[in-house]
Amino acid sequence: MKKKKWTMFDIVLTIFMIFVLVVTLYPFLNIMAISLNNAIDTARGGIHIWPREFTFANYQEIFGSNDRLLQAFMMSILRTVVGTITGIIASTMLAYTLSRRDFVFNRLVGFMLVITMFIGGGLIPEYMLIRNLGLINEFAVYILPMLISAFNVIIIRSFMDNLPIALEESAKIDGANDFTIFWRIIIPLCMPVIATIALFLAVGQWNSWFDTYLYARGNEALTTLQYELMKILDNTNISGGDITSQNAEVIAGQTNPQSIKMAITIIATIPIIMVYPFLQKYFVTGLTLGAVKS
Amino acid sequence: MSNLAKQGEGQSQIPATTSVKVGMGLGKQKKTPSLKPNKNGFWKRLSKQKALILMSLPFVLWLIVFKYIPIGGWVMAFQDYKPQFGLLEQKWVGWEHFKDLFDEPMFYRALENTIGMGVLGLVFGTITAIGFALLLNELRFITFKKWTQTISYLPHFVSWVIVANIVITMLSQDGVINNLLMGLGIINNPIAFMSNPDLFWGIVTAADVWKETGWNAIIYLAAMAGVDPQLYEAAKVDGASRWRQMWHITLPSIRAVIIVLLILNIGNLINIGFEKQMLLGNNIVAEKALVIDLYALDYGIGMFRYSFGTAIGIFKSVVSIILILICNGFAKRIGEGRVF
Repeated sequence: MKKKKWTMFDIVLTIFMIFVLVVTLYPFLNIMAISLNNAIDTARGGIHIWPREFTFANYQEIFGSNDRLLQAFMMSILRTVVGTITGIIASTMLAYTLSRRDFVFNRLVGFMLVITMFIGGGLIPEYMLIRNLGLINEFAVYILPMLISAFNVIIIRSFMDNLPIALEESAKIDGANDFTIFWRIIIPLCMPVIATIALFLAVGQWNSWFDTYLYARGNEALTTLQYELMKILDNTNISGGDITSQNAEVIAGQTNPQSIKMAITIIATIPIIMVYPFLQKYFVTGLTLGAVKS
Repeated sequence: MSNLAKQGEGQSQIPATTSVKVGMGLGKQKKTPSLKPNKNGFWKRLSKQKALILMSLPFVLWLIVFKYIPIGGWVMAFQDYKPQFGLLEQKWVGWEHFKDLFDEPMFYRALENTIGMGVLGLVFGTITAIGFALLLNELRFITFKKWTQTISYLPHFVSWVIVANIVITMLSQDGVINNLLMGLGIINNPIAFMSNPDLFWGIVTAADVWKETGWNAIIYLAAMAGVDPQLYEAAKVDGASRWRQMWHITLPSIRAVIIVLLILNIGNLINIGFEKQMLLGNNIVAEKALVIDLYALDYGIGMFRYSFGTAIGIFKSVVSIILILICNGFAKRIGEGRVF
């Protein structure tokens, strides 16, 4: 008799949740359908979750005929890969030194890190810093300013605090130095939390557009998918902004900026859908732990 | 600084680990007379911890360059900053930029928009997240529950650029919302959602709720998982309905988490960012979309008034720190601070 009877409450609840799911998923399915539909036909309206005149033309425009969009796609991948790897190395190393309570500068470094969670210089001083460092229109502007986030470091440190330290001690007796311990023992044990932080970092890199807008729009080679999407959005969004219309060249043949916008949206969403559900177990515990600690 | 105090608490919660580590790892050193081990111990540890120092040094430098130098850049607000000169060769003007700022009507509009959207986001964000968590918690069919939860995270992981595209597409004149409203006979002509300034705050709030509800529910769900099942059993025996169980058992059980998150969020009321406003806004709704960060961006970088823009940023930081300190003090007072 483990199964309980379904009451009216359960039925109403389930229907409500299905409604929530539809509200969440419909926009993605709708945009997917439009991206796979003939652009001229789309203008007639009435596309819901299934394309009416199926075509790959919008995707071909991105991956075939349009050099800039393909470059943007490659740049998005590059900054995501480089940013995630460097970010992981930086935050795990810093977290390890902070997890070592016997480290002489533990308190000082921890204090310096936590302060940054509450006070920041603000937009203009940061902009001036980037300018003075000569990072404008350089690839490094995607990596360096985002290298460390105090929140991520604290999550990793909390995880390290809960590791069994007997291993570490036996390594020390064997004469291993701190770096070897970090690299050989701590890192392999930290894989669950590293997976979580890698997801956060990768999503952050993949999704960012504002740094391109502010720091790298003068260098076409550094454009990203999100920034290209933002530009199309901005052009079609009545507002002129201070970006000149570079998208006129896109209009050719069977596609138009509206439909390409939808295709870019799908391309920018798919990697996320493919990754986050599998890391769910880790980030849920990671997030709960991080919130409790901070 | 009570956040730092909390950090201190966080550290002192782990003394077990620390003492074990010290007891075992530094055992050899501890054999030296323990009366004044501090100075000797410090230098000894320093020389033994070269690897640790080398591992943290690059990132300490990074913190100084990328986090502390911009804070030092606040002096720009008291100068007439011209990029071609060095920071110390600038003309000092005292509080002039702040006076200008407080005389500017645009500033009050930006403040009003920031607080308005901040409060709306806080109220509806909190209610929907708790509500969603409560309902999800009641789902009996576990597979369905897991799928619902997983799907509910999806919007959190996509960028605001994508969400803005989605919102603008759905709310367009021939978009699904207008079609639905017309199909149901609620309206006769499509509503121009995106070009009505009065609707802008609501649209931003709705977009925020759509994007973050599932994600924000995580922490409430985690708290609900810890509720003693016996309480529900007892309530069932007493004939309490599911609604009453949610209201009288689940909600009170997570009260502490709700209060702490609420306080943290109030502390961040003014830090609502600018992405949504920048991406969803346009010239027609600009008066309702201008938030403090956008104001700083427009004036500070767009018009090259770097010092004025810095002053705006300082104003925001100071208000934010005051809010956080008040909220933390409040949390301590009512005794819920210990949860964190």
